[in-house]
Amino acid sequence: MTQSAMLSAQAPMIRDSVLKAENLTKRVTSPEGSLTIVHDVSFDIAPGESVAIVGASGAGKSTLLALLAGLDLPTAGRVLLEGQDLAKLDEDGRARLRAQRVGFVFQSFHLIPALTALENVMLPLELSGNADARRAALDSLGRVGLSTRTGHYPRQLSGGEQQRVAIARAFVTRPAVLFADEPTGNLDTVTGSRVGELLFELNANSHTTLVLVTHDQSLAVRCARTIRMDAGRVV
Amino acid sequence: MRALKLALRSLAREWRSGELGVLLLALTVAVGALTGVGFLVSRISAAVALQASEVLAADIRLGSPQPINQQYYEEAKHRGISTARNTALLSVVFNGDRSQLTNLRAVSDGYPLRGRVLVANEPFAVGHQIHGIPPPGEIWPDSKLLAAIDAHVGSELAIGGATLRVGRVLISRPDQGGTFAELAPSLLMNEADLPATQLIQPGSRVSYRALFAGDRAAINEFKSWLVAHKKQGERVHDITDASPQIRNAVDRAGRFLSLASLVSVLLCAIAVAMSARQYVNRHLDTVALLKTLGATRAFTLSVTVMQLVGVAIVAAVLGCGLGYVAQEWLLRTIRSLLAVDLPPASLVPAAIGFMTAIAVLIGFALPPLLQLSRTPALRVLRRDVGPPPLLLMLAFGPAVAVVVFLVYWVVRDWKLFLGFTGGLAGFLLVLTLAGSLLVYLAGRLRGSVGVAWRFGVANLSRRRSESLVQIVAFGTGIMVLLLLAIVRDDLSSDWRRTLPADIPNYFFVNIPPPDRAAFVQFLQDRGAKTARVLPMIRGRLTSIKGRSVEDMKFAGEDGENFATREQNLTWSAEPGADNRLVAGRWWTAADYGKPLVSLSTEFEESLGVNVGDRLSFDIAGETFNVEVASIRKVKWDSFQPNFFVVFAPGVLENTAGTYITSANLKPGDARSLAQLARRFPSVSIFDIDDLLAQVRSVLDKAVLAVQSVFVFTLFAGLTVLLAAVQSSREERRYESAMLRTLGARRATVLQGVLSEFTTLGLLSGLLAAIGASTAAYFIDTRVLQIHYAFDWWVGVQGVVGGALLVATTGWLATRSVVNQPPLKTLRA
Repeated sequence: MTQSAMLSAQAPMIRDSVLKAENLTKRVTSPEGSLTIVHDVSFDIAPGESVAIVGASGAGKSTLLALLAGLDLPTAGRVLLEGQDLAKLDEDGRARLRAQRVGFVFQSFHLIPALTALENVMLPLELSGNADARRAALDSLGRVGLSTRTGHYPRQLSGGEQQRVAIARAFVTRPAVLFADEPTGNLDTVTGSRVGELLFELNANSHTTLVLVTHDQSLAVRCARTIRMDAGRVV
Repeated sequence: MRALKLALRSLAREWRSGELGVLLLALTVAVGALTGVGFLVSRISAAVALQASEVLAADIRLGSPQPINQQYYEEAKHRGISTARNTALLSVVFNGDRSQLTNLRAVSDGYPLRGRVLVANEPFAVGHQIHGIPPPGEIWPDSKLLAAIDAHVGSELAIGGATLRVGRVLISRPDQGGTFAELAPSLLMNEADLPATQLIQPGSRVSYRALFAGDRAAINEFKSWLVAHKKQGERVHDITDASPQIRNAVDRAGRFLSLASLVSVLLCAIAVAMSARQYVNRHLDTVALLKTLGATRAFTLSVTVMQLVGVAIVAAVLGCGLGYVAQEWLLRTIRSLLAVDLPPASLVPAAIGFMTAIAVLIGFALPPLLQLSRTPALRVLRRDVGPPPLLLMLAFGPAVAVVVFLVYWVVRDWKLFLGFTGGLAGFLLVLTLAGSLLVYLAGRLRGSVGVAWRFGVANLSRRRSESLVQIVAFGTGIMVLLLLAIVRDDLSSDWRRTLPADIPNYFFVNIPPPDRAAFVQFLQDRGAKTARVLPMIRGRLTSIKGRSVEDMKFAGEDGENFATREQNLTWSAEPGADNRLVAGRWWTAADYGKPLVSLSTEFEESLGVNVGDRLSFDIAGETFNVEVASIRKVKWDSFQPNFFVVFAPGVLENTAGTYITSANLKPGDARSLAQLARRFPSVSIFDIDDLLAQVRSVLDKAVLAVQSVFVFTLFAGLTVLLAAVQSSREERRYESAMLRTLGARRATVLQGVLSEFTTLGLLSGLLAAIGASTAAYFIDTRVLQIHYAFDWWVGVQGVVGGALLVATTGWLATRSVVNQPPLKTLRA
């Protein structure tokens, strides 16, 4: 177990914890029998902190991210997001919480192909009933340097531009926590590096908590803390 | 509101990005086919009804033994309905000292409201159409009357107290009837001359008829009004009361057209189901993303439902337009073949098109949409995660309910409904089982074939459920096309068989027994093709199962007529080829002399009698107690002499009667008929040439409609095939790229695709041919009651056509997939 992980796992509860994992375990049944993907993981993440979750393929990083974001439910243990136990919310309740407090950036961008860059960024605001979605989305796109590409569809944008739209979409709701799953995984080194810079810059400016799953060592080292996983356990 | 906003915005965007194209195309073509068929069927049925109503000379006829109240005419006029009067009475007409009992028809201006009057200047000549009625002082007697009293155009005939001049010879009038109710010669006169004849006196037997015609909606409303206001003794007739021959033809055509439109409904449903599946597959990621970004399940469901409803509305509008244009174009190209002007299309098919689009969408698209809304948000991280499988009831329940509802709605006949849905369910089950077998076999065969075939055939096995759906869809599509072709051919050939060119066109009634042989010889000497000669005896039914008919109540008008009116009876040793026994047994020589009768199904159904029941007849004052030995289904449109009641030989021989026969003579063979009328003066000649022409015209229209429906169905079927192929397009694109990256040549990939679709088409076609032949057998023999002929060519068409059609469609739809550079796909 790394020192940082040890520290976080054993640290007394931080008063302003924004995200807390308590004895998280995720088991699935497969043709080969029961398989534990995440094994008894606990840690706290403070507001504004940036945490990288690293590990080899199949170590359980993405599953852990899904549990932390309430996209999946643990077999045992619990996740507290701003003090709210995610397991106590139904699917729609978790969706509402995500709409208000959580942002996402994915490896494959996940933009809706039928919507323009602007409409993609407006989407989370519209879902949470924000009346001023357009202005906020334009502002957010401006901050990622895409003011001139607002009317473009995803297929008309390069990979790097698509990821910048995704970052604009993630920050537009001013989330408490931003989850990023391999945000540079589909980009070349130069573009990936620029996107990484943008992500950290926005994170710093907006005081958002960043939870980052990555293989990219250069990204991981920029985080304040690293949680290393191996075979479902924090090491 | 937010859902609507997003639905509309992404709908517009998705359309621009081409995503919704396939779904919209499928629905548009489906609605187009459905409404096209609807418009066509409604217009042609209206034309058929219009033509059939010619036998009444009106759309509605009100008959009464008393003068008809002026109020009816005023009400009709008020509703924009045309009216005319027709007063019928029997009287003796004199030409000097020669006389003949004649059926007088005194008509008013406007007669006939439907159909046409044909006249000539010579008796038994070919008639030409005339507009208008005889002017006052003039009469138009028919050929039989003129022959009987030796009169001609220009003769002055005495009718009651009036003397009227023969202006023309009446060759035919539309309402001369398809039955033998009016055997006496007839003449047409102006009603203005009626008072001068002084024939109408208190106690005279006069039949007053009011004729009404107008547009369909107004007539239907007026009929309801008339039925509600008519007095006792007044009878309302419309097309449904027309002669049995016409009724048979309209009924048969109507049934087939309903059946044909059902096929389009079914194809529509299949196309929508496949497009909906594709829509769901395309939107799994979007729904997962929306949920990740905070959308609730209800929200995602609303967005997709609104989008589909939007697509349905656009498709319904486009489809209705397409359907209307298609049928208008079709009818314009064949207008010259139609005898009557086609009435304008009603808006009903458009409404039905809209409703059906929505109903089919609910039945076939809603279940997968519900499933789509259950896509977990986790899918954004794990592409292998999808929505949980649908419960079987939810997956197929609404579809089955909608099909059942639509089928019943279209056919409105329990027998046909049960036959169709039962056959369909059985076929789908067999197809599914056979499809499973193919998928299993494909899995076993993959090791023993070349690389291209292994790739193609293995695809069937790997996409197990998709392959099954495609086999069922292709099979059903090909089956309905084959079924339509078989039934259409059977119907056409059956009609050709029942209405050959030499079908009897004249009936001869009242042939005295001593003249029978000479009469037949006379006809044959003049080259006429004669039919069977049957005795005809008048008799009255007096009791059923020991109960007097006077004490019994009968539900329908037919039952009342059978029980209270004098019937024409006959005896015969053979049932005749146009009679099919449906119950009991026909008599043998051993039964001759036994009091046995055979009844037609009309008689049996109207009076509720069965084989073994005892009936009593009063024939010329003598009572005959008989037992029902058999029930026959009579093909009245054979135009051979036929009877509701047939006695066994050896029972009625000693009663007084005459003979009846029919024959085919050249239309308007004036000389022969004039000679015949002079040599056998007591024989009544009954010309059904015009009636036959009407039946033929009705049937021709029906065949035409069926052929047009076939074109629509073929188009709809192809769309289903395209939708099916389209559903696996994305997956194929990726596979093709992978295979080519691994070194496969483009031709190899193409061979794989072709082998897969060819195999699919072969099996679907084979199953479809077997299914179509089986279904056609039941439809022909049980529903349409026509002859079924097995045709092995159908099997060849099914298998070869299926393989070619599916392989070609598959190749066309996947061509761009195979041709796309692999790098582009793998980068996307």
